[in-house]
Amino acid sequence: MFRITCPYCGPREPTEFTNGGEAHISRPQHPEQLSDAEWAEFVFMRSNTKGVFAERWCHSGGCRKWFNALRDTATDEILAVYRVGEDRPWTDRA
Amino acid sequence: MSAQPFRLEQGGLIDRSRPIRFSFAGKAMQGYAGDTLASALLANGVHLVARSFKYHRPRGILGAGSEDPAALVQVGRDPATIVPNVRATELELWDGLEAFAQNCWPSLQVDVGEINDLAARFLPSGFYYKTFMGPPGSWMTFEPTIRRAAGLGRCPEAPDPDRYEHVNRHCEVLVIGGGPVGLAAARTAAASGARVVLAEETPYLGGRLLNEAADSSMIEGQAGRAWVEAVTAELAALPEVTVLRRTCAFGHYDDNWVGLVEDVQDHLHPEERDDRLPRQRLWRVRAGHVVLATGAVERPLVFHGNDRPGVMLAGAVRTFLHRYGVLAGRRAVVFTNNDGAWQTAFDLASAGAEVAAIVDVREAPGAELVARAQALQMPIHARAGVIATRGRRRVAGVTVAKLDGAGGLRGDQAAFDCDLLAISGGWSPNVALFSQAGGALVFDDAIAAFRPAGAHRGMQVAGAATGTFALADALAEAVAAVDTTAPQPPATTSVESFETYSVQPTWELPSALPPARTRAFVDLQDDVTAKDLHLAVQEGYASVELAKRYTTLGMGTDQGKTSGTNGFAIIARALDKPIGEVGVTTFRPPYKPVSFGAVAGQHVGELFHPRRTTPMHEAHVEAGAVFELVGDWLRPRVYPAPGESFDDALMRECKAARTGVVVLDASTLGKIDVRGPDARTFLNRVYTNAWLKLAPGRCRYGLMLNEDGMVFDDGVTACLADDHFHMTTTTGGAAKVLSWLEEYLQTEWPELRVYLTSATEQWAVASISGPLAPQLMADLLDDIDPDPDAFPFMTHRTGHVAGVPARVFRISFTGELSYEINVPTRYGLWLWNMLMERGAAYGITPYGTEGMHLLRAEKGFIIAGQDTDGTVTLIDLGMDWAVKKSADFIGRRSLFRSDTARDDRRQLVGLRTEDPAFVIPEGSQIIETANEQQPRTPMLGHVTSSYFSPNLDRSIALALVEGGRGLMGQTVYVARAGASPAPAVICAPDFLAAEQGEA
Repeated sequence: MFRITCPYCGPREPTEFTNGGEAHISRPQHPEQLSDAEWAEFVFMRSNTKGVFAERWCHSGGCRKWFNALRDTATDEILAVYRVGEDRPWTDRA
Repeated sequence: MSAQPFRLEQGGLIDRSRPIRFSFAGKAMQGYAGDTLASALLANGVHLVARSFKYHRPRGILGAGSEDPAALVQVGRDPATIVPNVRATELELWDGLEAFAQNCWPSLQVDVGEINDLAARFLPSGFYYKTFMGPPGSWMTFEPTIRRAAGLGRCPEAPDPDRYEHVNRHCEVLVIGGGPVGLAAARTAAASGARVVLAEETPYLGGRLLNEAADSSMIEGQAGRAWVEAVTAELAALPEVTVLRRTCAFGHYDDNWVGLVEDVQDHLHPEERDDRLPRQRLWRVRAGHVVLATGAVERPLVFHGNDRPGVMLAGAVRTFLHRYGVLAGRRAVVFTNNDGAWQTAFDLASAGAEVAAIVDVREAPGAELVARAQALQMPIHARAGVIATRGRRRVAGVTVAKLDGAGGLRGDQAAFDCDLLAISGGWSPNVALFSQAGGALVFDDAIAAFRPAGAHRGMQVAGAATGTFALADALAEAVAAVDTTAPQPPATTSVESFETYSVQPTWELPSALPPARTRAFVDLQDDVTAKDLHLAVQEGYASVELAKRYTTLGMGTDQGKTSGTNGFAIIARALDKPIGEVGVTTFRPPYKPVSFGAVAGQHVGELFHPRRTTPMHEAHVEAGAVFELVGDWLRPRVYPAPGESFDDALMRECKAARTGVVVLDASTLGKIDVRGPDARTFLNRVYTNAWLKLAPGRCRYGLMLNEDGMVFDDGVTACLADDHFHMTTTTGGAAKVLSWLEEYLQTEWPELRVYLTSATEQWAVASISGPLAPQLMADLLDDIDPDPDAFPFMTHRTGHVAGVPARVFRISFTGELSYEINVPTRYGLWLWNMLMERGAAYGITPYGTEGMHLLRAEKGFIIAGQDTDGTVTLIDLGMDWAVKKSADFIGRRSLFRSDTARDDRRQLVGLRTEDPAFVIPEGSQIIETANEQQPRTPMLGHVTSSYFSPNLDRSIALALVEGGRGLMGQTVYVARAGASPAPAVICAPDFLAAEQGEA
């Protein structure tokens, strides 16, 4: 039940949000040029991080905007939130 | 009705002018307003209140509050409101209350299950593990007997008639615990203007100050209780402060989300309960800061016979004395390893009881205490321990022996008669919530207990909850916890012996008996003895988590409040490791039992889940429709005429669709308004087929895939203008399709200028179908020509229906000539009623989802989510025609992966059973041969949709079959339970076309 700060709306209860999995995985520009393995890497493979993890959230019960967050998966602390297109912020935590 | 022989003439918070009648275990007794069941029973001289879980040993009242492990009773007798496992120490009396003993037969006094105690050697720790892991069948053999013999109370068996509610609350400071520390913290926080919630588990604020003589402690110039009253009044006057009594903080979750459960009415006589109020209230509090002022829990000493009724925690004895005016016994022995319990001896003496002995394991208890005790002529036994108790169902005496300081006995033993043994093995900070929050604990030798290592993520701990027992220090901590400006702590003095504490760790007393006969209990609820813990370690369960599960230590409804520290210390000693290194087991919510009613709150019955109804719902109800849930929608399934069966109605509706005219409420269909200069480009990327050239006025069917190539959703989308589309989705898929589209727009293609708006509830939709549909439509439409030549299939028109603006789509899910009329939602019911009225001349028949499913199956149309399950590609469905060659779309690349390109994947086909009357159950497995071989018959696939078709007069089914499209005309078999496999022939999914082709 950690609280999430939407970069557009401010702090809200977690029930307003939907998790979208790992962030910073871009859809390939030319899928047809990829091998099966390369394509599978994009579609199926995700990291399973213990520690600081960049992930996507959608404020689905609010402004419906997608954004990114850095969450420590071991403690569920959210260390930063940032908008789509912005660079991943620096943290001193692993 | 008996007198109350152990009630004092005066003192306590009870109201002697209001006697209360109650009964326990069938016996009528009397207490006073303000009593708990436990205090009233003790006032009546009753100590035996329960039988233990496993051995059925007599159990009494050990504690005075929620920590009590064993005095559990059943309240009430109505199967709907009966409550099991209620702690007698928390159950407030009301006139006429009936409580019953649990886990005993035929009675509490004479319990046949007591035989388990004699068989104790055959029920060692790990008994359950050992029978689970034993020879095959042993658990099955023992289980019924064990279930009957072991257990707690009886559950209610009828629906709960009470109401419960949830309340959300945000505050700057949540103070948990309403003792002096909690009060001081709340007052200090409130002074800063903060919103404060103070939660106190018992009915009274004041905590330890209520458990001592009135003049023992002075705070800010006032006696303890007077100070409590003053602060209570001060808090009550502040609008931003909420003080909750009878409210337990049961769980701490991330970011200071704390669950509180408040008993609102259980303590009242049923006739005094307000039916506008809930029975219990669950507060969901999000707090900026949490101050834990949860105090400490006293622990018992572990020695042979320590579970006998009449053996009580020393602090609890004082609680009963000072809060309830009850003497727990007239001749007491006090047994301790710390200063605190000496106060119990002094207070008992002041109240007129005799103290037969103070037994202290320490070599030299404090000189001041010794002097006070000697002045009261109490015999003192230092460096000694109680090593046994006697008495049948209540303690009648104890055996005291000198200790050799090395875990053994020395010298003579002495026996004392007594009717009360007050014990104290030290105090453990109540760290449950702190630990739930993930806070680190350290073992502190000075207090012989685990305490918080420090503050933790927005959580401060103050007072006894962090091992600070002296009142002045505790109050200073309370103030500092909420005010960082080095505030002045309240001037405080206390003469309580607890102030100095001075504990000597004592985890297990020696026994004069051989180990096999020593019964020294650690966990009184789960019947776990010290010997069980030693056995667990000996058998290799070398961590507290494993030993806990092996022995069930702390796994009862009390969650080991009194047994935890003793148990961990005994395990540590058995492992020969420091206690701090062995650690504690993980604390998890709930701190104490919470009713399912409180957890469910108002989300029961009709409010369990939101239900959506269409604007036409009222008409369907009037027509006697049978409803089903589709997503959150309530949709008519079929409209049986009076006296007509479900199946007959379905057959009638489906025949009418192909011979007359029928109408379906299709309002639930997902509708998304797609707009913007790049709308076309966007659709071209999310649908598998081509969208760049679809002209305004036209419609197109589209399929959406996930990136893995599997079918996700489908629907018809209409082009309203070059930059404006009306998209439809499945009823259940509307929300997920919208969020999926948004996700791509925002995260992958932010450069596309496209705007999505959910329009599902803006339009009411009636789908009119059947050969007579054009005639009816001609009667209705003002400015649209319904002639199929002028208004062809897969086009749409904007116009009016009887003066009301409408969009009409020529699309069909039945395979018949169809018109889908969309009107603004507020005209929905009007539209439906008008259709029924004007359609009467054509014999219009309303049909429901069941008919819709059947009609589309006759035509071989899929339902995404029924005929697909997330493992089906559009190639598997035989819909390769919908794959554009020209451009990429979501999931396209996956269609060429080696696995998705296989030609032996499960493919959608039709199935015609050899027996036309046999309707295959949906989900049936399809096998290759009629012989169900061992060990495995080749499995070819499964049936996804199956109906009896009235129009074809035979059974039809859709199925996913391995390489199915290459097996046309071949016979396969459908496995059946309890019958031989039924033969069926593979055919194309469009049964209607096949029939027409034959004709």
